[in-house]
Amino acid sequence: MLKTLKRVFSYARPYLKFFFLTVIFAGLGVALSLSVPVFIGEAVDCCVGKGNVDFDKLLKIIITLAVIVIASTFFQWLMSLCTNKLAFLTIRDLRADIFNKLERVPLKYIDGHTKGELTSRVINDIEIISDGLLQGFTQFFSGIVTIIGTLIFMMTINVKIAIVVVILTPLSFVAASRITKASHDSYMKQSKLRGDMVGLAEEMAGNQKIVKAFVYDERAEKRFDEINTAYGKIGAKATFFSSMTNPTTRFVNGLIYAAVGMLGALGVIGYSSIIGYMSVGKLSSFLAYANQYTKPFNEISGVIAELQNAIASAQRVFDVLDEKEVPNDSNKEKLTSCDGSLEFNDVFFSYTPDRKLIENFTLDVKSGQRIAIVGPTGCGKSTIINLLLRFYDINSGNIMISGKNINDITRDSLRSCFGMVLQETWVFTGTVAENIAYGAPDATREQIIEAAKAVYAHGFIKRLPQGYDTVISEDSGLSQGQKQLICIARIMLMDPPMLILDEATSSIDLRTEQRIQKAFQKLMEGRTSFVIAHRLSTIKSSDVILVMKQGNIIEQGSHSELMKNGGFYAELYNSQFAS
Amino acid sequence: MKDLLKYLKNYKKELILGPFFKLLEAIFELIVPVVMAKIIDNGIGRNDSSYIFRMSGLIVLLGVCGLCFALTCQYLAAKCAYGFGTELRSALYKHINKLSYSSIDKIGTSSLVNRLTNDSNTVQNGVNMFIRLAVRAPFLVIGAAVMAVTIDVKLSLIFFVVAPLISVIIFLIMKKTVPMYKKTQKCLDRASTLTREGLEGARVIRAFSRQQEEIDEFKEAVDEISACSIAVGKISAILNPVAFMVMNLGIVAVIWFGGKRINIGGLTQGELTAFTNYMTQILLALVVLANLIVIFTKALASANRISEVFVLPAERSGDIADFDNKSENIIEFNDVSFSYEGAGDYSVRNISFSLKKGQMLGIIGGTGCGKSTLANLIPCFYRATNGKVSISGINVNDFDSSELRSRIGTVPQKAVLFSGTIRENMRWRKADATDNEIVSALKTAQAWEFVKQTPNGLDTVVSQGGKNLSGGQKQRIAIARALIGSPDILILDDSTSALDYKTDLALRRALSSDMPDTTVIMISQRTTSLKDADKIIVMDDGEAVGIGTHDELIDNCEVYNEIYRSQMNQREGENNA
Repeated sequence: MLKTLKRVFSYARPYLKFFFLTVIFAGLGVALSLSVPVFIGEAVDCCVGKGNVDFDKLLKIIITLAVIVIASTFFQWLMSLCTNKLAFLTIRDLRADIFNKLERVPLKYIDGHTKGELTSRVINDIEIISDGLLQGFTQFFSGIVTIIGTLIFMMTINVKIAIVVVILTPLSFVAASRITKASHDSYMKQSKLRGDMVGLAEEMAGNQKIVKAFVYDERAEKRFDEINTAYGKIGAKATFFSSMTNPTTRFVNGLIYAAVGMLGALGVIGYSSIIGYMSVGKLSSFLAYANQYTKPFNEISGVIAELQNAIASAQRVFDVLDEKEVPNDSNKEKLTSCDGSLEFNDVFFSYTPDRKLIENFTLDVKSGQRIAIVGPTGCGKSTIINLLLRFYDINSGNIMISGKNINDITRDSLRSCFGMVLQETWVFTGTVAENIAYGAPDATREQIIEAAKAVYAHGFIKRLPQGYDTVISEDSGLSQGQKQLICIARIMLMDPPMLILDEATSSIDLRTEQRIQKAFQKLMEGRTSFVIAHRLSTIKSSDVILVMKQGNIIEQGSHSELMKNGGFYAELYNSQFAS
Repeated sequence: MKDLLKYLKNYKKELILGPFFKLLEAIFELIVPVVMAKIIDNGIGRNDSSYIFRMSGLIVLLGVCGLCFALTCQYLAAKCAYGFGTELRSALYKHINKLSYSSIDKIGTSSLVNRLTNDSNTVQNGVNMFIRLAVRAPFLVIGAAVMAVTIDVKLSLIFFVVAPLISVIIFLIMKKTVPMYKKTQKCLDRASTLTREGLEGARVIRAFSRQQEEIDEFKEAVDEISACSIAVGKISAILNPVAFMVMNLGIVAVIWFGGKRINIGGLTQGELTAFTNYMTQILLALVVLANLIVIFTKALASANRISEVFVLPAERSGDIADFDNKSENIIEFNDVSFSYEGAGDYSVRNISFSLKKGQMLGIIGGTGCGKSTLANLIPCFYRATNGKVSISGINVNDFDSSELRSRIGTVPQKAVLFSGTIRENMRWRKADATDNEIVSALKTAQAWEFVKQTPNGLDTVVSQGGKNLSGGQKQRIAIARALIGSPDILILDDSTSALDYKTDLALRRALSSDMPDTTVIMISQRTTSLKDADKIIVMDDGEAVGIGTHDELIDNCEVYNEIYRSQMNQREGENNA
């Protein structure tokens, strides 16, 4: 826990100046504001009774008081400014860092986590750190200054009463932490139930149309009501428990107030030998201190809870930051020219050691050849892509591109040889032109339009509200097919020597599909290409067909060879013609 | 908003007693400074130590009572708020279940979920805070002012300057900062979008070697967040110190003018102390009040969003439950047209056809041509705008909609499975389906092979959204789910897109041999899938441009011919290759 804290503060190091300023301004502001009750007390002492008011002294005190109040206000404001800077700048660096990290971890890590969970670390967890750790820390700090300050002031007024206050205050602290502990259990239950309820609501109401189609509504209502009722009960309990803190600590403060009042008053009327000298004014400033002194104690339990939260969040953030990065390979050779030839030699690969996938795979691809990867749904066709682009590294054997081992050249230069269009199209929030120029940021508008025209995307882009300047995003209403055309245009503009294409068949209307087909054909002219193929035309005209089943490459060869063998491919092919 | 109040009706007692007890606590709290003033004036003034003891005891007693009252109030508040919240959610969910498809379209399912969970929580929290603070905070402000007036009218004028002044400061700062907070939130949303897109496109980004550009762009976004946050922090940081300053300057004024009043005998020293105490109380109460206003504004906005759902009318339903097949045609469309609410144009136009029991209907056409819309009219998910859709000779609008839908199996375009075991998912149409029924449905849907291979079989747990299954597996389970209980009509909305040809063919064969009496409506993009259909409707831009068998359409439907040929051309190419 301490280690995590330390690490968070290591991010604050560049802003140490704001940290020190915070401390200084907090000290000044709090000290000045704490001296206010002293002057108020002295002022009250100037007004003893009718005809007995020392106006000269009162005026002096009041002017001092006004100056102190204004100065203290100023310092407290400065303190807030510094805290803000410290917190927000630290958080900014931390957030940039975790994003950097996510760009550098192996894809395996990203594939192994849900996107929502990782996004939540970058956004929510860091917000919690910002709220809890840094703001909580300053609250903690000014609380400590307040406690020490008030204690000193109380001691200067009357040591004995001050000691009574010190003895009594832990009461409120104890009460608060007892309540927190007692409510913790029901709080955990509450948040779990709430999670369950939100989960169910998301599933049911989120798929309301299916619920209706299956006439599942009554059963869904019953399930929802069950969780809802349980949540209502435990929620009321948890809320009640936690809301006990305020009245209880208020009560303890009342006790302290009464004790101070009593002892102070006794001190004024002649028990000063036991209690020490007191005046009415001193009593009233003592009362004010007693009030201020207890306040930080009441807040501490809240601050601790927030701190714990923040540390848990920080831990989650650091977990990401501690992930192993893809090793830096900038010292390796860059692949400057690529002739489009590829070789797989005795390649072994598996995602997990206990499940063997690709074994002893050897393939020689000549420049300009077309390789089709076929197989039933979910047979792991994308594994080949993961290996080619070194998203995952092979276990043994080697892959040679243009006669060079892909492990001996930089990943960036390897990847720049390939153009890739996946079935899950990816467009980002930005204009159509920006999306097309993703791989070639310096492309002119003419080049972009030319690429779009070449892949039959110009027509629909032209009809968008702002043409090439229309801002699009993943869910901006473009059809799957249109998004795919944009992705193809992207590759066209990049003009890579090799291609990886995933022929998507689902949810694309016929005319767009034909357009995409034509675009693919155009793209493949003269380029070595790997196609995850669904169409027989593509498959049959390929130079080599890789047949995959359950992650393994079980057959490879040309169409006629494979048909002659009468294996899995032949079966697959014949079933198509029987339909 | 008003219509939500009825869910408070069972909690009237708590709603009145809660604030009442809080009020008692506040009154007791206000008395304390008066008692302290008495200690100073009477106890000290007369050197009466027993008076001091008695009055100190009184303060403790007041504290104990205050504690009891406060706890009672907190208890009542929690009970009322959560009771209200539970009833509200339950009613809201029941209402959501009654909504028609067009109403769901209007709000959107994700927004419905939000209203059901987050908004209801915000309103619930609002009720809780209302009971706890809405009476207390203003009362403390007014009470402190009243007490001040009773002590000294002239001196209390300072209160009537300071309290509004602090209120104005709070108001001005909030007015300035609220839009800025919104802007900060927007910046944060942008960073969130960038992160999500960056993760989703990780492969593409790396394939293009664009990591550094992504990092730079994100850096820009976080810079903007911190700039916004610091800007808003600058203003909101003014609030506390300035309120503190105004209050203390108020105290300065109280002492100065109080000193003058004491000098002429209009005020005592103890009363002056009490006066300064009330001043502090006012400030604290005003700060609470400002927070309260924020909470209430949020709660009110949420309440309105919930009300928007409640005002949507429930789906109309007829009452005919009898589904006996008296008519020769199980499904009949008579000149049916449909337009979505708010849309100017018809989505399907003038469709007429009929289908006999056990027949298969194919629907083909491009995206957005009205295929799914047409199918959605059959289970009365949407009501035909013009014309008549009838099943067994009865207008679908006259059926009891639950009864109607329980006779129709639907497989949506997107295969959605629910968290739970495969068995639980398979029981959606029929709560008491036996394992035998489930296995035979899975067999027909070509899903039993892989379900059987999983270690837990039917007890295999499907995670939320079915993430642990492949697209094709999900589709097959979704199909099997619709087959349970032998529906009279089965609608497959392009539900085999993720299946390879071989599985697709096996599925179609199994459907016709295992369920001969079921009328099948199959929407597809592939002519091969529909070749054996008894009737095919070719849709183009909302209109049926051809209705007939495959062979008939080949002869006389140009659009169908075009689709068929384009798909066959690929084949011929293959034969020549």
